[in-house]
Amino acid sequence: MSDEEELDLNSLDDEELVQQMHDDLYDGLKEEVEEGVNILLSRGWLPYRVLTEALVEGMRIVGVDFRDGILFVPEVLLAANSMKAGMTILRPLLAETGAPRLGKMVIGTVKGDIHDIGKNLVAMMMEGAGFEVINIGINNPVENYLEAIEEHDPDILGMSALLTTTMPYMKVVIDTMKEKGIRDDYVVLVGGAPLNEEFATAIGADAYCRDAAVAVETAKEFMVRKHNQMAAV
Amino acid sequence: MSRTSLDELLSSRDWLLADGATGTNYFQLGLMSGDAPELWNIDHPDRVRTVHRSFIEAGSDIILTNSFGCNRYRLKLHDAEDRVAELNNLAASLARQEADASDRPVLVAGSMGPTGEIFEPVGTLSMDAGREAFAEQAAALKEGGADVLWIETISSVEELTAATEGAGTAGLPVIGTMSFDTNGRTMMGLTPKDFGEITRSLQVGLAGIGANCGTGASEMVATVLGITEARPDAIVVAKGNCGIPKYVDGHIHYDGTPELMADYARLARDAGVRIIGGCCGTTAVHLKAMRAALQAHTPGAKPSVEAIEQRLGSVSDLAHGRDVAAEAAASDDRRSRRRRRA
Repeated sequence: MSDEEELDLNSLDDEELVQQMHDDLYDGLKEEVEEGVNILLSRGWLPYRVLTEALVEGMRIVGVDFRDGILFVPEVLLAANSMKAGMTILRPLLAETGAPRLGKMVIGTVKGDIHDIGKNLVAMMMEGAGFEVINIGINNPVENYLEAIEEHDPDILGMSALLTTTMPYMKVVIDTMKEKGIRDDYVVLVGGAPLNEEFATAIGADAYCRDAAVAVETAKEFMVRKHNQMAAV
Repeated sequence: MSRTSLDELLSSRDWLLADGATGTNYFQLGLMSGDAPELWNIDHPDRVRTVHRSFIEAGSDIILTNSFGCNRYRLKLHDAEDRVAELNNLAASLARQEADASDRPVLVAGSMGPTGEIFEPVGTLSMDAGREAFAEQAAALKEGGADVLWIETISSVEELTAATEGAGTAGLPVIGTMSFDTNGRTMMGLTPKDFGEITRSLQVGLAGIGANCGTGASEMVATVLGITEARPDAIVVAKGNCGIPKYVDGHIHYDGTPELMADYARLARDAGVRIIGGCCGTTAVHLKAMRAALQAHTPGAKPSVEAIEQRLGSVSDLAHGRDVAAEAAASDDRRSRRRRRA
C-alpha cells in the first residue's frame, strides 16, 4: 500500500468499489465518493442500493468510530460533507424511483442557543442513515417547532442545546406540545453536551442521545417500535 | 489606589481563587432560558453586580465579566451584533466597580467565549474574521476596566489561535482555557497534552493556560494533570463544573456539594494548578468552601487517577492512559485504505 498510488475506481469490481467508497467516505474524499456513486449508477445499480450499501453503510462505520472516540467532529464533518455530495446526485433519482424512507425528523437548536455543530452532525448522520430530515436551524422559539411539525408531520422531533442557560427551554417546547395534546404523536429526542439521560426523563423527552451515532441508533429503534405497534393494531 | 496586576498577585500567593458560574446563578435571579445573559449588563446591572459581589465576599481573587457570549457572532442571535463595544465595556465596568469596592485586591478578567462558528478549513469562518471579532471584544473589555482577558470553553486549535491573537491586540495578559468534554478530549479531538504542547508555539504567549467546564470535577483534575505534564512551567488554571447537571423543579441543578468542590480544589492544587475556580453550577457557597479548603491545605504529591476517582468520581479512558483514537490510528489495518490523498 502506497500513499502515492493512484487508483482508477473504474477498474474495481462492484464489491471492491463499495469497500473503497466506505474508505473514501471515512477519509472525507468528496470527489472520489461522487465518482463512485456515478460509476455504480452507470453499472445499473438502483439509486436506493447505492444509498444504502455504499453511503449509509460507510457513514455507519464513521458513526461507530465517532461513538467510540476514535474520530472527532472535524473528521465526521468531512465525511458527512462527502456523503452529502453523494446524496445530491442520488436525491432526485430516489424521488423518481420512489425509494422507501426510514422516517422523517424535524430538528433544531432551541431558543437562545446558536450551536449548530452537533445538531448538524445529527441531521447529516440521520440523512445518511436514510431518514428525511428537516433542519430548522438554531435559536428556535417554541412556535418554530410547532409550525415545522405541523407542516412536515415528522415521526421524530429532535432538539439540541449546548448551554446550561438554554437546555431548560426543551421543557417549554415539550410542555407546549402536551398542552396542545400532540406530545404523544411524536418521538422527542434531545441531545447536547450538558444533557444527560436523567435530564431527558425529567423534562418528558423520549430519549437522550449522547452523540450523532447514538441518535441514529435510537431513532431507528423507535421507528421499529412504531412499525410493530402499527402492525399489532 | 493603583490596581494590582495578575503578575503581582501570582508572585505574592501560591494559589488564586477564581469565581463560580454566571448562567446558573443568573437563573436563580430570574434569567429566562433562551435569553442572553449579556443583555443583563444593560437591563439588570444590579443583578450582575450582586453575583460579582457574592463571589468576592466568598473569597474570589479573580472575577469574570458577564461577557462570555459577547462577540459579534453570538450577539447576532439577539440582533445585538453591533453592540459589542457597548456590552463588553459595561460588563467590564460592572465587575470593576465591585472589584474596586473590595478591601483586598480582586482582578477583573474579561470573559471571552467561542464564536459558535466552525473555522476553516472544516467550517466557514476565516482566521482573519475570527481574530477581528475577538480583537473587537478585547478592546472593549479593556476599555471597561478588565485587568486580564480570559478566553474560555474553546474546542479547536483554529479558534484558540484566532482568540489569542485577537485578544493579544489589547495589550493585556491573556489566559486561555479549553473545554475537554468528549472522552477526555475537546469536541474537536484535542487532548489536554496536545493543548499544552500547542500553547508553546502560539504567537501570543499566554499568562495562564488550563481547562474549564467539561464534564465534572473529577475529569477536570485528570485533565489538568495532562496539561501540567506537557507544560510543567506554565501557570495552570482549572474551572471545573460543580458535578453533573440535574433537572429539579424547572431549574438546572448541579449535584456537586460544597464538600466535593472543596476536595476538588485541594486535588487541583496537588495537581499543580495555581488558579482554581468553578464553572457551571458553582455558587458562592461552594466558593467559600473552596477558599477555606485551599487556605488550610498543604499541597501534596500529584494525585493518581485512582485517587481522583475515589474522591471525586469517575474519569474517562483517556485519563486512565488509554487513548482509543491513537490505538486505532496505530493499527491502521482496522481500515485498510488502499489509497489516501493528502
